Amino acid sequence: MTAIAAPRPRAGIRLPGVSGALSKGLVVTYLSLIVLLPLAAIASKAFSDGLGSFWDAVSQPQAVAALKLTVICSLIVVLINAVMGTLIAWVLVRDEFPGKGIVNSVIDLPFALPTIVASLTLLTLYGKDSPFGVDVAYTRVAVVIALLFVTLPFVVRAVQPLLLSLDRDMEAAAESLGAGRARIFRQIVFPNLAPGIAAGVALAFARALGEFGALVLISGNVPYKTEVASVFIRGQIESDNIVGAAAVSVVLLAVSMTLLAFVNLIQKWGLRDER
Amino acid sequence: MSLSSSTKTKRRIQALLLLALIAFGVVIAGCGGDDEAGGNSGGGDKGKVQLVAYSTPQTAYEDALEPDFNKTAEGDGVEFSNSFGASGDQSRAVEAGQPAGYVNFALETDVTRLVDAGLVSKDWQNNKYKGIVTNSVVAIVTRPGNPEGVKSFQDIIDKNLEVVTPNPFTSGGARWNIMAVYGAALHDGKTPAEALGTVKDLLANAPVQPASARDALQAFVGGAGDVLLSYENEAIAAQNANQDVDYVIPDSTILIEQPAAVTVDAPQSATDFLNYLWSDAGQKIWAEQGYRPVNKSLVDKSIYPTPPDEFTIAEFGGWDKVADEFFDDKTGSIAKVEQELGVSTEK
Repeated sequence: MTAIAAPRPRAGIRLPGVSGALSKGLVVTYLSLIVLLPLAAIASKAFSDGLGSFWDAVSQPQAVAALKLTVICSLIVVLINAVMGTLIAWVLVRDEFPGKGIVNSVIDLPFALPTIVASLTLLTLYGKDSPFGVDVAYTRVAVVIALLFVTLPFVVRAVQPLLLSLDRDMEAAAESLGAGRARIFRQIVFPNLAPGIAAGVALAFARALGEFGALVLISGNVPYKTEVASVFIRGQIESDNIVGAAAVSVVLLAVSMTLLAFVNLIQKWGLRDER
Repeated sequence: MSLSSSTKTKRRIQALLLLALIAFGVVIAGCGGDDEAGGNSGGGDKGKVQLVAYSTPQTAYEDALEPDFNKTAEGDGVEFSNSFGASGDQSRAVEAGQPAGYVNFALETDVTRLVDAGLVSKDWQNNKYKGIVTNSVVAIVTRPGNPEGVKSFQDIIDKNLEVVTPNPFTSGGARWNIMAVYGAALHDGKTPAEALGTVKDLLANAPVQPASARDALQAFVGGAGDVLLSYENEAIAAQNANQDVDYVIPDSTILIEQPAAVTVDAPQSATDFLNYLWSDAGQKIWAEQGYRPVNKSLVDKSIYPTPPDEFTIAEFGGWDKVADEFFDDKTGSIAKVEQELGVSTEK
């Protein structure tokens, strides 16, 4: 490795038959059209009336209440996801039980289901006519449950491949050296899964912040109480306040990016020993 | 040899990638082009009516009004392309370029938006019915048999009942409900400030404020609240769909006026359609579908009794003024009411 200290030691092969310039050009064009332009348009809309009206839009009490509710609920949701998602991935990879294949494919269903249907289903199950007698409809608890439902696959699917590729010899070695289960998990397994958990959490958080469909029927939408940011934004659009809607969206994007940056930092910090 | 063949593959893949890029561009251009073409080209001899409307009258249009219009001399052979959705969304879509010949909304401001955009003529209200194609009234939907004996909006507050009404900021249509409660309070002798207090008392007991009228009905049927504020036509539609609800028309309530217009570029068939909707034949079908005819002589008082103290939005200066004064998201009095309620629940 050190002998061939090429300028790009870990670049790997190029895509067969594609010149670097063309593939880069394609990627940049594609990303610009699909992601960068829309995001830039939202940002420029948010600030189109100046910094002052941006601040007015995002600091108005109803917006603050909606943002607070959304961020707090999303944080609760990703914390639960981090634990439960890892556990589900663990069981799916390490344990054998009848019907495992079915359970494994069910995990992704929340992605496939139209979110408005999810909202309706959750309302039937956890509303006034709940078969289990659990009536949380139109409360903040309902917001958390609906978000848990739509964000379930992220952590599971991010951790699963890491667990699959995890070298079990490491665990065996640790065990033979006298490490207990807790210590093996803490020092061997968890550090290997952490990047996956972090990535899953980041994606789930971003998704939870912007979720609309799954929440709109079950959350209650009462301003200051159960109105989430996406529903508030909906109201801004209905009131023809596009700038306000864009401004609050920019705050959501910023919060999302902050968490993504934070996760990156953690990942780098986690990898520092490996260098 | 192998080198030249690999260069060949390379060239081929590059060509394919370029082709993909071009195709991508063509698709995007094509999507735009298609819309524009659809705006002017008419299907058939009479031209296609591109109908864009709010969601509630979908069945009325598709199952009754359009087929019946096709039976008339003007409507013979006219094709329809229909688009239904939330009133404000539909109006904004047309403003942004969705092709439309005939539009029908829940609120006048949704037509005004198109007038401002130059898509609907300024004099769209210069006709016998002032641009209004159907009427309704704000009703109180109750559980079967009206167990709480509710007769007026004030009863809801006096009996401390939980009310379901859509969030007036996400649902433009829900603003009719708020103005009905407000107006009834004024007519009850209250001052404007006191009437706002009435609205506040009502909203304080709203455990859920769904995003739209349909969502609100869904929530109510699903068990939320003791009563629901909705349009009479929604209540009738719910009963026709075998939902177990009753409704009461308060003695003092607002007359809902649902506007319709043709766009400036619309084919003659769109105007013919609007005139048909105003004709006796059209108005009778509206009545069968749960709407109050705008032609007063056609209103069947046994089904649609006129509330003794019926008022209209004109009393408060019309929708443009009301939208600013009451529903501006920062300075509107209803925004302030919601804020006061929010602060009181925080404590």
